[in-house]
Amino acid sequence: MIRVHNIAVSFDLGGGQEHWVLRDLWLEVEQGQTVSIIGSNGAGKSTLLNAIAGTVPLRAGKIFLDGSDVTGLPEWERAMYVGRVRQDPLAGTAGDMTVLDNLALAARKGPRRFRIATPPKFVREMEDRVSELGMGLEDRLHENVSRLSGGQRQALTLLMAVLSRPSVLLLDEHTAALDPANAEIVGEITRRFIAEKGLTALMVTHDMKRALEQADRVVMMHEGEIIADLSGAEKEQMDVAGLVKLFKKARGAEYAEDRDLLS
Amino acid sequence: MVEGILVEGLIYGILALGVFVSFRVLDFPDLTVEGSFPAGAAAGAVIAQAASLSPNGLVKALAVPVGMLAGFLAGGAAGFITATVHHRLKVPPLLAGIVTMTGLYSINLRILGGKPNLPLIMNNPMLTLARSFMGGLLSPEWSLLASCIFVCLLLFGLLDLFFHTEIGIAMGALGDNENAVIQAGIQPNRLRTWGIMLANALPGLSGAMAAAYQGFADVNLGQGVVASGLATVMLGELIVHSQFIGVQLVRVFLGSIIFRALMYAARSWGYVAGITPNDLRLLTALLIVASVAISRYGRKHR
Repeated sequence: MIRVHNIAVSFDLGGGQEHWVLRDLWLEVEQGQTVSIIGSNGAGKSTLLNAIAGTVPLRAGKIFLDGSDVTGLPEWERAMYVGRVRQDPLAGTAGDMTVLDNLALAARKGPRRFRIATPPKFVREMEDRVSELGMGLEDRLHENVSRLSGGQRQALTLLMAVLSRPSVLLLDEHTAALDPANAEIVGEITRRFIAEKGLTALMVTHDMKRALEQADRVVMMHEGEIIADLSGAEKEQMDVAGLVKLFKKARGAEYAEDRDLLS
Repeated sequence: MVEGILVEGLIYGILALGVFVSFRVLDFPDLTVEGSFPAGAAAGAVIAQAASLSPNGLVKALAVPVGMLAGFLAGGAAGFITATVHHRLKVPPLLAGIVTMTGLYSINLRILGGKPNLPLIMNNPMLTLARSFMGGLLSPEWSLLASCIFVCLLLFGLLDLFFHTEIGIAMGALGDNENAVIQAGIQPNRLRTWGIMLANALPGLSGAMAAAYQGFADVNLGQGVVASGLATVMLGELIVHSQFIGVQLVRVFLGSIIFRALMYAARSWGYVAGITPNDLRLLTALLIVASVAISRYGRKHR
């Protein structure tokens, strides 16, 4: 469960000038709900995820995860609630460590213990989990992650993000840096994980077809504000053309082109 | 001669292990070692000296190991200071290390009782201990070597085990991708502090052993040890390629023995080429440059 209550984020431009990336934003996501976030570049989609994960400071407002106020907490403490996958496949894994060691790192949240990280039971369990990805990683558990392809690495990052069963999954255009075939595979794994584990997920994407198909709810952002919020029957009846039309209308300008929303 | 090189190689190999932990595992270029190594030597010498004069027979017999423990702890404390300066005041690693190293010079002088050099009155104490250990089976020199091998094997076993624990894995990941560690809900600065403490406790232990081996502690013992430690680590990496932490630890000792052998050769036969002991630092520097050059060339042509 995610509650974002009237948050504001701004960057200091110097000389007393400020750029407001998010203003007075309110968003509530119920347990088990998948919400996709779409919008043009600079709409504040990634900043919203960063604000929830704790990597940008808030100027105002509060954020609750699982009912707890996490507003002032540093990123590592919020990570107790959050699993996160970013666009860059290199961002979430340690490249010079083995697949198995990476999984051991992600298997549990919180302080570490003086205990062997990869006992035989854990290795067998991970063989099963990794083979479910269907990317041939089960034979490469003892290889360094830097030797994997971008698709394999992002699939591993995704598995690592959900391994400890976090209450919230944040996906920031996590298939955008992959080739179409791998993007398709990783997108499918994402859908399966969210369904199987009943995760609460926020998914930033430029793929409007996927945004409609994979989410229970579609939120459209523009210039730091939510300009449309579709769920239930309203979302079911929506299609890509309808989203574009909605975007143009909300933006209230003729010059808005499809490209602005899609790129 | 051979046993001398091996003993020195093992003792300074422990120092290089510390450099390996900071530079390679944590990706934290730590110069504190120039202060924590002599700090370990000073604390080790003073404590061992005091213990050897104890009326308690057991304490007296364990004077050198007790001194080694003191050196280990002194080094760890030095690492804690560097880590705290780095984390609390956001001072970059190199500067944090220089600050600690500079301050430690004065502290080390105080530990040594205001003198730059403290001879150990107990005559070559480690030798005595080693001799009593081996019960006269081996010659004193080889007994000493056997004791050093024992210490290094113990240390290797503990470190190899450590880097397979949850904490050890997280420490390895920290130097690789801090974000992955944060995502695991780990406070990264606390973990790094433990790592930097370990990276200086090992040189502290090495310093205590060096003092016992040489029969004196000197405040200038630390000069150039970061460079020699780095040269050692790089030599090891040139010889053995491996992603396994156990092999990486062993190759530090291999690199150290080779480094000591090279230095010995330069000291003994260098005069043929006009090399004097004054040139050893230059040789160390050239060795680092050569190691980097060779490994870069090797990577490009693999």
